[in-house]
Amino acid sequence: MASQPAFAPWTDPQAKPLIRFEAVSKRFGDFTAVDRVSLSIHKGEIFSLLGASGCGKTTLLRMLAGFETPSEGRIFIDGIDITNVPPYERPVNMMFQSYALFPHMTVEGNIAFGLKQDRLPKDVIAERTRAVLDLVQMGKFANRKPHQLSGGQRQRVALARALAKEPKVLLLDEPLGALDKKLREATQLELVNIQDRVGVTFVMVTHDQEEAMTMSSRIGVMNAGGIQQVGTPIDIYEYPESRFVADFIGAANMFEARVAGDRDGRLVVHCPELAHDLTIDHAAPLAAGTPVTVMVRPEKVAITRDMPAEGLNWAEGVVSDIAYLGDVSIFHVRLASGHKIEALQTNRRHTDEQKLTWDDKVYLGWHPANALVLTK
Amino acid sequence: MILRGLLILAYAFLYIPIAVMIVFSFNASKLVTVWGGFSTKWYGELLHDEKVLDAAWLSLKVALASATLATVLGTLAAVVLVRFTRFFGRTLFTGMVTAPLVMPEVITGLSLLLLFVAMEAAFGWPAGRSVTTIVLAHATFSLAFVTVVVRSRLATMDRSLEEAAMDLGARPLKVFLTITLPLIAPSLLAGWLLAFTLSIDDVVISAFVSGPGATPLPIVIFSKVRLGVSPEINALATIVVAVVAVAMVVAGRVALRKDEARTG
Amino acid sequence: MTGRFGRFLVGLPPYAWLALFFLVPFLIVLKISLSEPSAGAPPYLPLWEWDEAGNLAFHFNPANYGMLFGDDLYLSAYLNSIRIAGISTLACLALGYPAAYAIARAPLAWRQSLLLLVALPFWTSFLIRVYAWIGILKTEGMLNAVLLWAGVISEPLQILQTDLAVIIGMTYSYLPFMVLPLYATLEKMDLTLLEAAADLGCRPFKAFLAVTLPLSMPGVIAGSLLVFIPAVGEYVIPDLLGGPDTLMIGKVLWAEFFDNRDWPVASAVAIAMLVLLVAPIMIIQNARTKAEEKAEGRTGR
Repeated sequence: MASQPAFAPWTDPQAKPLIRFEAVSKRFGDFTAVDRVSLSIHKGEIFSLLGASGCGKTTLLRMLAGFETPSEGRIFIDGIDITNVPPYERPVNMMFQSYALFPHMTVEGNIAFGLKQDRLPKDVIAERTRAVLDLVQMGKFANRKPHQLSGGQRQRVALARALAKEPKVLLLDEPLGALDKKLREATQLELVNIQDRVGVTFVMVTHDQEEAMTMSSRIGVMNAGGIQQVGTPIDIYEYPESRFVADFIGAANMFEARVAGDRDGRLVVHCPELAHDLTIDHAAPLAAGTPVTVMVRPEKVAITRDMPAEGLNWAEGVVSDIAYLGDVSIFHVRLASGHKIEALQTNRRHTDEQKLTWDDKVYLGWHPANALVLTK
Repeated sequence: MILRGLLILAYAFLYIPIAVMIVFSFNASKLVTVWGGFSTKWYGELLHDEKVLDAAWLSLKVALASATLATVLGTLAAVVLVRFTRFFGRTLFTGMVTAPLVMPEVITGLSLLLLFVAMEAAFGWPAGRSVTTIVLAHATFSLAFVTVVVRSRLATMDRSLEEAAMDLGARPLKVFLTITLPLIAPSLLAGWLLAFTLSIDDVVISAFVSGPGATPLPIVIFSKVRLGVSPEINALATIVVAVVAVAMVVAGRVALRKDEARTG
Repeated sequence: MTGRFGRFLVGLPPYAWLALFFLVPFLIVLKISLSEPSAGAPPYLPLWEWDEAGNLAFHFNPANYGMLFGDDLYLSAYLNSIRIAGISTLACLALGYPAAYAIARAPLAWRQSLLLLVALPFWTSFLIRVYAWIGILKTEGMLNAVLLWAGVISEPLQILQTDLAVIIGMTYSYLPFMVLPLYATLEKMDLTLLEAAADLGCRPFKAFLAVTLPLSMPGVIAGSLLVFIPAVGEYVIPDLLGGPDTLMIGKVLWAEFFDNRDWPVASAVAIAMLVLLVAPIMIIQNARTKAEEKAEGRTGR
């Protein structure tokens, strides 16, 4: 949720990041789980590590928590090197994927556990416990045992327990993974609200794109142990820097092409699968003949029965498949070359007399500003 | 249907001999196969048998001590096996922990006795065969059983619980005492009880490592049994079975209650 | 995560204990099995000693092992142990497999109780359970009384003090060892596999042979070894239920040690028994380690 558009400390070269990974690697035997990751996260961020399972995101988080020691590289929090600090001395707390609530303690006991380790006075512990329970609206359940709670309630207790010690950083490992879809969506916004109120920095691991897009200030897309791209949700979706990120986040039409030249400040590329050359806005100048990939998102492609207007990129083909999803429909259009392009159309009306159907001959058009040239 | 019949047959096979023995312990007749009316006189006679009472008392002490020792060592061994994945001599350690489970008792008994004799020759301790040697021997072979029981509980325990405690600021020892130990407590109890019954039941190893001054109950029973069936032994055996059964029911209740608290 | 020193403190007690009370004793047995017997106390001569001249003198006595091969008594005890343990193992399997199968397929609510009923005798005294069979098997015992009454036999059978009695006693005593691992494998079997087999046209009995039995082989092997290994070295059962001519290696060891006071030969018998059992012990150890590591790996990450 980009509720505070002005919040962008990462754009300020003077700002000191709260968390810094410096060329951190982690190997388990022959397997490299995390490969030379350097990353800065600022105070107040909700930073998501997004990737498929096995990409190294959880290992990176566990190194931040102190459960794994990096094979190489250093980790700093607030400028202090914590690489070899044990987990019980780090100013971070974690919300576990399984919640890891102590089954033999009450909700209250779970939350007070961390405070007791700091040897705080009894009344302070009681007060803080009460406050975080109220924060997550679980005050009524203080004396319940974890097994007497629903999944959503356990999730709240786990959050409260991690927040109770007022850590500098809260780590969340797939925080909403165990909840069903409806509850997950409601909780996403609630988590963001709580973060806003408490002001703690969130670092979370998720494989769910929607979750990352909804909640994060920035996303780090991971693959094979490395960070592929770091950016705001908008950056990641609209301006992916590589084929991997473009393909991983959302749906994408990709064409292999070669640079043909320059026309009116626009890049012209030739794509053997399309009948016409493509023009693309704001692309860096490239030498003719350079192999590139052109990416255009399905919702940026208009599908019409008539030839698109002058100035647009276009192609013609035949509808080969239609996926009706209720709010939108996705059309798969087969070109003469056999290449397929996806186009997404919002279903604004109950019925559409002009409804497109299988084997209809159609035109696809998109604006030069809405395509992207990828060289990586 | 056939299956159910076979199952009943298996249970009959397991329980009829014990049932017969219990019934005949209340037989008034000295002849063990002829029913001579109900009587509890054999139990009365047992109560006056000094030798049996002394042996029972000794066995109880040995079982308490060796089970406790075995539980402490076995729990540590289980922690080592589950938590320390790589250390010098892990294969040897695993072998030493698990081999006593299947080792024939005559070998364990003989080898322990020879060790005690060699130790006495070299250091003068343990002097002769006594309660000490029996406790040491019993702790050694029941350690393996405790380890198996605790290990399986420890292995299925959610590791993230310990990580969460550490994340919340608890040092490793504190984590073990406040999180791990309470959660594996039922298995410790089960392991202790197993070690206790193994000790109180052991004949072969005791025969090797016990001496004239310290004769545990099973050795007394064994020497009586070798002379044939008698109603007194039936009575004695019935008491042993009853004690074990009561202990099992109590342990089962405790373990069950703990389990309910954990899983709902 | 735990400090090196902490790990050392945790590991040292069990490690040292087992090294002293499990590993060292075996080395001593091995040593004494090569020593010469003597009439003194202890009843064997040292394997090596310093003579007056200060030279190290060895007294190897491989004759203890020679005796094992030379004397028919030992060889037949050895073979008879294998035979009786083998038959008992098969009997346990024949009785235990259907029982484990029936329990594994019983309604979920019953399973724990049924399983407990199998394990319970294991918790009661082993000695007393063996003893209980004397009253049943002896000539004027219950079994003969029932058989005579039913008219199956006309005069009492001599069962006690035969190998048959020993086999019955072993089967009885070790049945739980067979049922528990079998149950474990049968219980975790995916029942939809049988539905798939039926769906593909396989009749129930054929499905059992083609699907259930192969999948339960780990349990069959584990259970069989858990019965076979201790049965080979068993002493109490052949002593109480067998006759004077029921030769088993455990009994021979006992007699050599307690009656003949020949510690070197008793040690040699123990080593010979270990040689026989080392392969099965290794197999069961490996299987156990693998299974446990799998269980631990599953929750590890």
